[in-house]
Amino acid sequence: MSELTRDAVAHLAGLARIDLSDAELDRMVGELGVILESVAAVQQAGTEGVEPMSHPLPLINVHRPDVARPSLTPQEALSGAPAVDEQRFSVPRILDED
Amino acid sequence: MTTELITSTAAELAGLLAAGSVSAREVTAAHLDRATAVDEAVRAYLHVDAEGALAAADEVDRRRAAGEPLHALAGVPVAVKDVVVTRGLPTTAGSRILQGWVPPYDATIVTRLRAAGMPILGKTNMDEFAMGSSTEHSAYGPTHNPWDLDRIPGGSGGGSAAAVASFQAPLAIGTDTGGSIRQPASVTGTVGTKPTYGGVSRYGLIAMASSLDQAGPCTRTVLDAALLHEVIAGHDPMDSTSIDAPVPPVVEAARRADVSGMRIGIVRELTGEGYQPGVQRRFDEAVQHLIDAGAEVVEVSCPSFTHALAAYYLVMPSEVSSNLAKFDAMRYGLRVLPEGIDDPSAEQVMAATRDAGFGDEVKRRIILGTYALSSGYYDAYYGSAQKVRRLIADDFAAAFERADVLVSPTSPTTAFPLGAKLADPLSMYMQDIATIPANLAGVPGLSLPSGLADEDGLPAGFQILAPATRDERLYAVGAALEARLTAAWGGQLLAKAPALQAISTKEA
Repeated sequence: MSELTRDAVAHLAGLARIDLSDAELDRMVGELGVILESVAAVQQAGTEGVEPMSHPLPLINVHRPDVARPSLTPQEALSGAPAVDEQRFSVPRILDED
Repeated sequence: MTTELITSTAAELAGLLAAGSVSAREVTAAHLDRATAVDEAVRAYLHVDAEGALAAADEVDRRRAAGEPLHALAGVPVAVKDVVVTRGLPTTAGSRILQGWVPPYDATIVTRLRAAGMPILGKTNMDEFAMGSSTEHSAYGPTHNPWDLDRIPGGSGGGSAAAVASFQAPLAIGTDTGGSIRQPASVTGTVGTKPTYGGVSRYGLIAMASSLDQAGPCTRTVLDAALLHEVIAGHDPMDSTSIDAPVPPVVEAARRADVSGMRIGIVRELTGEGYQPGVQRRFDEAVQHLIDAGAEVVEVSCPSFTHALAAYYLVMPSEVSSNLAKFDAMRYGLRVLPEGIDDPSAEQVMAATRDAGFGDEVKRRIILGTYALSSGYYDAYYGSAQKVRRLIADDFAAAFERADVLVSPTSPTTAFPLGAKLADPLSMYMQDIATIPANLAGVPGLSLPSGLADEDGLPAGFQILAPATRDERLYAVGAALEARLTAAWGGQLLAKAPALQAISTKEA
């Protein structure tokens, strides 16, 4: 099993878009290491040739009739937004500078 | 009268209401008064909606007076876990990131509660996004166990279990991803059911792990659980994983309470070592009660269950990391601007918000899931876990060839002191060792009290598991066992709980 380094945790936090502080990172490295060591037991379970199971129900392609039905009004959809402008979600800039 | 109302079962309240001997307003007000009196100590509720609950009760009273046909539970109030969205009522899932959010729609189960005329008393406390076994991961502080206020009420649905156990609600809604209905029931001396996966709509549940989550009833009796189960269950086109079949005959099974000729399987891997002696002793006695009631007991082995916890802590965080990506500070919830950055980007705002809005346990699971799903590790972690999941489902299938239901202690211990396991996530995870296999396989499970452990005088739980879509078996066995145990105790186990000090003068 690969060692989970501080740099690796920082990278993962970046991927998950969580701006961890240095103190949080320090703590998280140790905690995640212990948990990972424990869950790595799945690799010893003798699963060769076993079909993976992603879901308890063997459902495929559940469809509903393609008919219009009531949905949220624009006001309702925007009601919890941190910022709103002209009936739209107002967001910070999405492109990096330079 | 007020005391009698709050200690009545939902079935009894339904009878009183139908007979006209009490009004829905009186029943609802009695529970709201109880919450005012004791919830400062218990902290089961994050939000109490007295006005809305009383208005719903008045409407039921008006309709009853007009002679309109009503649902059997019309006027019986209910508390709802805060992970279930409620139109017009704050819904936080116990997280800072959703503080103050008021959903613009109702979950399907809430629509069904409202349609049945059940006043919603309020929203109950929980571990943040249902991640935890003690309610201590709530951003709004822990709930306290009514049996001992210095102990945990279980989790994640500690609020729903404590509300029911402290007579602040006759019924509550919980959700169970790895044991969050059953383990709180176990440590508070109450009843809780995780239905078959797909049996109850997940539309409007704030998802933790979509292939594991399932909502269900939290109550004080097995019959009450069946009654609430019947209200919320059934096919919902808004949930593509909802089972399109009639609801299993749970109420009928609870009323019949018959186990004669049933084969009860004791799961070897879920007893003995690791279980608190008093919990194990109450379990053994309960099994003997079932034998006395005419059941046959067999021992079954489910060897893959020893890997269930490991598989769960890969499958669940993987789904968590995906499901919680929607908390992006753009469409709802908290938005925090990073410090020291002029004109931050959306990505920087998202990262700052998620750091400020999520608690430690949520961050741990998101990062663990991100790791398990990342390229290079996917096969070793998430892939292996999915295969173990299949082995667990196969073990269940083989065991149900030999037994009609499987049984075990629900939680390996009684309620532990607040703070005892906070610094050790793994020991917290162990609380769900016996409840997790059911979620991985999608089979239904019920926990009911088995008695008080000798060493600490705290409630222990008895778990019953049934094959998928055979939820009625949980209620047949549960009700039969409950009848024998309450006869042996001379009444409900909760009657032995210490009286809570009323803080308000209303009830003094």
